Amino acid sequence: MIARFVSLLFDGFAYGMLLFVLSVGLSVTLGMMNFVNLAHGAFAMVGGYVAIALMNRMGWPFLATLPVAFLAAALFSVVLERVLYRRLYRATDLDQSLLTIGIVFMSIAIAAYVFGTNQQPVQLPDYLRGRIVLGDFSFGVYRLFLIVSALIITGLMVIGLEYTRFGAQVRACVDNQRMARGLGLNVDYVFMMTFALGSGLAGLGGALAIEPMGLDPNFALKYLVYMLIVVAVGGLASIRGAFFTAGLLGVIDIFSKYYVPWIGGFILYLVMVGLLIWRPNGVFARR
Amino acid sequence: MNAQTPGAAFNPQEVLRAQVRWRALEIIFWVATLAPFVLTPNYLILCSQIAIAALFALSLDLLVGYSGIVSLGHAVYFGVGAYSAGLLAKHGWGEPISGLLFASVVTALVGYLISFIMVRITHFALIMVTVGLCLLFGEIANSLHDVTGGDDGLQGVKMWSIFGIYRFDMFGRTAYVYTLVATFLSFLVLRRIINSPFGLSLRGMRENQRRMPAIGVPMKSRLQVVYVISACFAGLAGALSAQTTQFVALDALSFQRSAEVLVMLILGGAGRLYGGLIGAAMFMVARDQLADMNPQYWYFWLGLLLVIVIIFLPNGILGGLAALIDRVRSRRS
Repeated sequence: MIARFVSLLFDGFAYGMLLFVLSVGLSVTLGMMNFVNLAHGAFAMVGGYVAIALMNRMGWPFLATLPVAFLAAALFSVVLERVLYRRLYRATDLDQSLLTIGIVFMSIAIAAYVFGTNQQPVQLPDYLRGRIVLGDFSFGVYRLFLIVSALIITGLMVIGLEYTRFGAQVRACVDNQRMARGLGLNVDYVFMMTFALGSGLAGLGGALAIEPMGLDPNFALKYLVYMLIVVAVGGLASIRGAFFTAGLLGVIDIFSKYYVPWIGGFILYLVMVGLLIWRPNGVFARR
Repeated sequence: MNAQTPGAAFNPQEVLRAQVRWRALEIIFWVATLAPFVLTPNYLILCSQIAIAALFALSLDLLVGYSGIVSLGHAVYFGVGAYSAGLLAKHGWGEPISGLLFASVVTALVGYLISFIMVRITHFALIMVTVGLCLLFGEIANSLHDVTGGDDGLQGVKMWSIFGIYRFDMFGRTAYVYTLVATFLSFLVLRRIINSPFGLSLRGMRENQRRMPAIGVPMKSRLQVVYVISACFAGLAGALSAQTTQFVALDALSFQRSAEVLVMLILGGAGRLYGGLIGAAMFMVARDQLADMNPQYWYFWLGLLLVIVIIFLPNGILGGLAALIDRVRSRRS
């Protein structure tokens, strides 16, 4: 009983950490440019498919595909940002949502065309499989790997934002974009780099998610909702908020699917709508 | 729009009356909706689906186009309308017209309850809540498998004849007449609402959210009223869909349907009354043609269409046409 509970808690937390990696980029870019980017899930999917293609068609080891997934998603997003997104920074929420939904639809069709509609098979290396047993408790090695990776990424992000010059520029742009521009910051450039980093993280998350979440062309839409929940509840541009929300979301999702499977995603959406009504700017919002 | 000569007394009733007047193009448009009976009698089923989609888009236009409220979850009302009409018919009362009324009343009630949430929030949170509610209702319908049929859809919907005379035939003749009449009557009502002082105040809220309360407009209650009206007509569209196809699929409540109806509206041009109608017609015909090739890749063309419309035609096709006509006119004079 207790062992089951602890192991569910562990799985939920690992799942939440994965959601954090997937969605933290969206939180920062949304907070900075106020751009409603619903294509964030598509960036994650790019990372996932790049990793799959490298592993299954070219025989790369899993760990080596992760940086490539990061770079591919970052590059993809920057191209889109330069070509399409920048035209709409001053447009309404509605136009931004629709443009990015258009991109999501296209990416779903392209993924189906290139890779087929089936879930992609993935073979994790031996050292990431199996379980560690400690007395009554047992933990999946891959879940542990997810948690450790997410914690490292969080650490790097916090250090990068708090202690580097670029991080200071990012914070300035989030807090007051007009003032930052007035002081001579190249806001366009800062945003482009932040956007690339955030989307790269999504790509990395997409590659990490292949095993626990499964990868098929609907990934871009299916997990978009989770990402948006993390951002909306966590509050815009708040790493701390995104971290706690993602962790909580993962735990709630795993628990509700285990203990009350017949109501499925119901609890999740109910909690999200409830929290948004209670605090429209996010529970952990800074502003 | 209301260019007045300086010094002349401004008469608001006159302005509204001028908008209410029927233009020749409008009459031509509605006469043209009868053409499928003669020209494409094999496509009447598609035509009735277009009429339903047009009504659905029109109901969304009231929110998005006229009141400036974004909704990515409008399928909630379509689905509630479809399920209430379908369930009523399945459980023994298959009379179509009272079924429509029943469904729109139920949907209006749901819209009224939801409107209390909607008027409290704005911007990103609003988009998220509309999406969330859409998913929530989808989950509810999915888990109430015994009532709604869940994934298999609601089967066994038996409709009676209209007025006890006109049976729903397999060529869709009755269905098209029925949906067309319903859509036209709803259009008349919505057109009247939009061109009323109430409709003007909606546009005022769209243009300036701060000034309207300052000049004494009770924003929240107005928004609630428009939510209920919009929900009611979306429910009507859903009910029409359930009655004419005699089936309700789970995707009546899906996020995809919410996105599609927005696409229709934006494609045609929001806030132009006919935008939703023309957008719906183009969208449904394009889907019918493209999905024939390969249903899977229809989404690619849909996405491409969205990107092109948003980047190049921000006011939709009607907006683009209006700008073109303006340019030609100003060159002439």
